[in-house]
Amino acid sequence: MHNAIFRRRLLSGWGVLVLLFLYLPIAVVIAYAFNTGKDVSNWTGFSFHWFLDAWETPRYQNALLLSLKIAVLNAIIATLLGTLAALALGRSRSRWRIPFTTLIFLTLVVPEIVIAVASRIFFVKAHESLAIFPALSWKTILLAHVVWSSAVVVLIVRSRFTSMGPSLEEASFDLGAGPISTFRQVTLPRLLPAIVAGALLSFTMSFDDYVLSVFTASGDAETWPMAVFNDVRFGVTPAVNAISTVMFLIVAIGIAGAMWFVSRKGGDPAKELSGGRG
Amino acid sequence: MSTQNAHSVPTASPAAGPPAGKPRRRRVRTFGPRYPSWLASPLLLYYLLLFVAPLVILIAFALAKQGDSFAGDQILYGFYWENFSELFDDLYLRVFGQTMLLAFGGTVATVAVGFPLAYWMARHVRTDRKGLIVLLVMIPFWTSFLVRTFAWKLLLDGDGPFAGALGLDILYSWKAVLIGLVYGYLPMFVLPVYAALERMDWTLVDGAKDLGAKPWTAFRQITFPLTRPGLLAGTLLVFIPMAGEYVIPQLLGGGRFLFVGNVIQGQFIGASNWPFGAAVSIGLMAILSIFVVLYVVSATKEEQFGA
Repeated sequence: MHNAIFRRRLLSGWGVLVLLFLYLPIAVVIAYAFNTGKDVSNWTGFSFHWFLDAWETPRYQNALLLSLKIAVLNAIIATLLGTLAALALGRSRSRWRIPFTTLIFLTLVVPEIVIAVASRIFFVKAHESLAIFPALSWKTILLAHVVWSSAVVVLIVRSRFTSMGPSLEEASFDLGAGPISTFRQVTLPRLLPAIVAGALLSFTMSFDDYVLSVFTASGDAETWPMAVFNDVRFGVTPAVNAISTVMFLIVAIGIAGAMWFVSRKGGDPAKELSGGRG
Repeated sequence: MSTQNAHSVPTASPAAGPPAGKPRRRRVRTFGPRYPSWLASPLLLYYLLLFVAPLVILIAFALAKQGDSFAGDQILYGFYWENFSELFDDLYLRVFGQTMLLAFGGTVATVAVGFPLAYWMARHVRTDRKGLIVLLVMIPFWTSFLVRTFAWKLLLDGDGPFAGALGLDILYSWKAVLIGLVYGYLPMFVLPVYAALERMDWTLVDGAKDLGAKPWTAFRQITFPLTRPGLLAGTLLVFIPMAGEYVIPQLLGGGRFLFVGNVIQGQFIGASNWPFGAAVSIGLMAILSIFVVLYVVSATKEEQFGA
């Protein structure tokens, strides 16, 4: 019995340690956002001026807005394409189901850098031969992001859709509802937590993405992660830390809200938000 | 944006009414109502155009040859194997070797750090606090990856206030890269494994203990086999992106410790030999596909024998 208590304490201790490990770098970022000096290795006093500084840097503003624009459009398009495909694949017996599912998994299994360089070559060559294809710009970043995010949406929505079972839809049909009202009144409301989770995940993946963006962008389209990377290399980042601190708070509050939303709708937040995998 | 619209707008209206009349009437009694397969076609077209086509072009580039760049950067298409044979240069073999070694080490370390955490979350955290702990594991994952990795640079800097105070000097070495890898991918491993442990029927373990099994025996014979599918999936989900990583080795390895990703990036941004960069990418994919095939084989076995 003492052994069991000891094991439990050991595991709890480990759990707390790992959580501290996860938050250690974030604590550093937040701390240095309030440092007076520019030198990141010296604490010179408490100040809010980097927040003001960040706010007044047009380059950061533009980068944040561009990332926001791409991430929102990406979430909309990926959620739409992915949800439709999940509905089609969920209970399908078509012989296309397995090759298509393989393709979806492939987008997640091919390393990001490989997709990134393949997309770069593709976009450059496509624009050279067909004028309707956009040249490297924010549009190509968006086109590349959708590939990835829609796969994640398909997996999340489909796993929810299959686990729901067809009985309620059957009942709805038996009671005389048509396909459209069955979708609106039965399928959609039950899928909504998964759709929202997929949209949120698509948004974040796009907003935080550096590798795909840097290879599919031209010089004048600088997303927020690209701006961060460009400045981080030179080590002068208190304003970046200030923006990250604000974003950390927004994300923390946003996720807490999303979890509350998902669990209120009767879903399992851990499963839905972790991508429905496993 | 024009091409985007071509895909998304027509699909927007069917979204409001997916079940087409025809198949429903015929099949509703036998299989339950289904949504028609063509709803997947917008995404399929999208993948063919923006995922499959780029990969095909990547292969074509890997087989092409970079012409004399002074003569205007011409690329000669054809079937040249030089790019691939260049991969077997000692320099590139070493980069491939150290990438795989570190990705492997990073995966093992992630499992060692993450599995006890997931186990603790599933087994010992009070039910009403589980949501909070999952949230705590997830939040870092949703905060800028680059900013967090850069923070490790500050933490590990031998001249800085953290590692410096402890007398550590591991920045720009494989150790720093390893820490960065584990840190970056830990949540991706912990969440699916936690989900698998959470779904598990723990009464089986209690039963085994009642029958006299020692905790370790119960773990080895029940918990581990039952969670193996989730564990395998989590391991692969961590290993592949680690092997393709280039930001972490660049920031924490300081360019002194190269990953395959850094070589690829160099060929596309710096040295600009796209055909060779394409060949390196194909090489990376070829190695990783071995692991994917191994995973698929073991996952299907698992399914067949109902672990």
